[in-house]
Amino acid sequence: MHLQDIVRLVEGTHLNPEVDMDIKIRGGCGADLMSDVLASSQPKAVLLTGLTNPQVVRTAQIAEFRAIIFVRGKQPQAETIDIATQEKMPLITSPFGMFELCGRLHHAGLPSFESNVNVPSS
Amino acid sequence: MCPPARTPTEQETHGRRGRPITDHDAHEINRVEELSYDLKTREVMTTELRTASPEMPISKVLDILRIHRISGVPVLAEGNLVGIISLEDIVRAMEKNDLSATTEQYMTRDVVTVASYDSIVKAIRTFTEKRLGRLPVVDENHRLVGMITKGDITRGILVALQKDYKEEEVRRYRASHLFEDIISERTTLVLRYTIKAGDFTQGGKASSHIKRALIRLGADPQITRRCCIAVYEAEMNLIIHTTNGGILKLEVEPHRITMSTVDDGPGIPDTEQVFQPGYSTATEQVREMGFGAGMGLVNMKRCVDTIDLNSTVGEGTKLVMRIFIPDQTIGGRRDEQEDEYTKNH
Repeated sequence: MHLQDIVRLVEGTHLNPEVDMDIKIRGGCGADLMSDVLASSQPKAVLLTGLTNPQVVRTAQIAEFRAIIFVRGKQPQAETIDIATQEKMPLITSPFGMFELCGRLHHAGLPSFESNVNVPSS
Repeated sequence: MCPPARTPTEQETHGRRGRPITDHDAHEINRVEELSYDLKTREVMTTELRTASPEMPISKVLDILRIHRISGVPVLAEGNLVGIISLEDIVRAMEKNDLSATTEQYMTRDVVTVASYDSIVKAIRTFTEKRLGRLPVVDENHRLVGMITKGDITRGILVALQKDYKEEEVRRYRASHLFEDIISERTTLVLRYTIKAGDFTQGGKASSHIKRALIRLGADPQITRRCCIAVYEAEMNLIIHTTNGGILKLEVEPHRITMSTVDDGPGIPDTEQVFQPGYSTATEQVREMGFGAGMGLVNMKRCVDTIDLNSTVGEGTKLVMRIFIPDQTIGGRRDEQEDEYTKNH
């Protein structure tokens, strides 16, 4: 699924327009614990999270996410946007909550990229 | 049906034909824009010049244009640029059945030029403003030194972009052959980073540098991912838990990667307990940032082949993790798997 399509589905706002949005997203993962993100995600997914600190971008980068969506209309601090722009990570904010967003994306055909923790990462 | 009443904007006429600029375009434009300021007209212009003289018959000019498949030539009189004659001018002559006329009767005398030392963005602007197809390029003394068309500019930018791409390829190639090119009994590349305690803003920076280094070294994407997750958790632990920070070290060898952290305190009382999922001593502030879920060491263990944690309360902690590389993939380059796009479209 194209990131632009996802942005439309979540009625999101692109927070760092200088970053390329012509990206294919293969799955989704929703988490507020960074260790969960690192432990149970697969590459090339979009991260849905309620956290907005700069670590989210670093975590997403290390775990090879392709974009981050902040839930409940959260606005990240300037440092978060700076790091994301530097690392070419698109940031999107959506007015909806986590459950609603996961539901919308899953319903539109975006699979879960949360893997079983007991199995080494894909 | 009425045509729209307003006159189209300049951009609509010359530029993007009403197509909105997408983010992708914007991204591409950035580098191209940079190049259009960096590149000078002399770097992209044509220097093989076909010229006409004022006395030359129009029919002769037409021959030059046809033979060389160009649509206009500058007109020189004793080496000075006095005009430019294009197909349009010749068509005017043809309409009057006046092909035997001389060039000076039909040429455009008011010649728009660009300087050889101007950046191509100036030439682009001139093309757009004057609606011209080709421009003579002149030097400091206003002598003709070349001709430039929009095609020359496009070609120049494409060549420059390709050069950019090649340079990155060469850097990658050199790095990925490091282990083959340097001969020793045992070659080790050591990357060292000082991590400050409590420095959350910089947290993860060392890990992202490590990631870039491993990619350049041509490490397998799977191994890069495992290594980076382990290193990132370790880096965050130094930031979250140490008194004075510590050192994060990565040793890359063709057959294995060793990741280690050393700090001088406070030390861990029970090194078994910290491997229990959910066990955490993190503060509320750290938990609010999404860390301290008690999964750090569990995660690290999952990503590496061996993990060794030694700690003495009051002295410090040493963590050593290793990933063994099957077939020694570092140095023997492997391309990242194609992003096959069938699963979820």
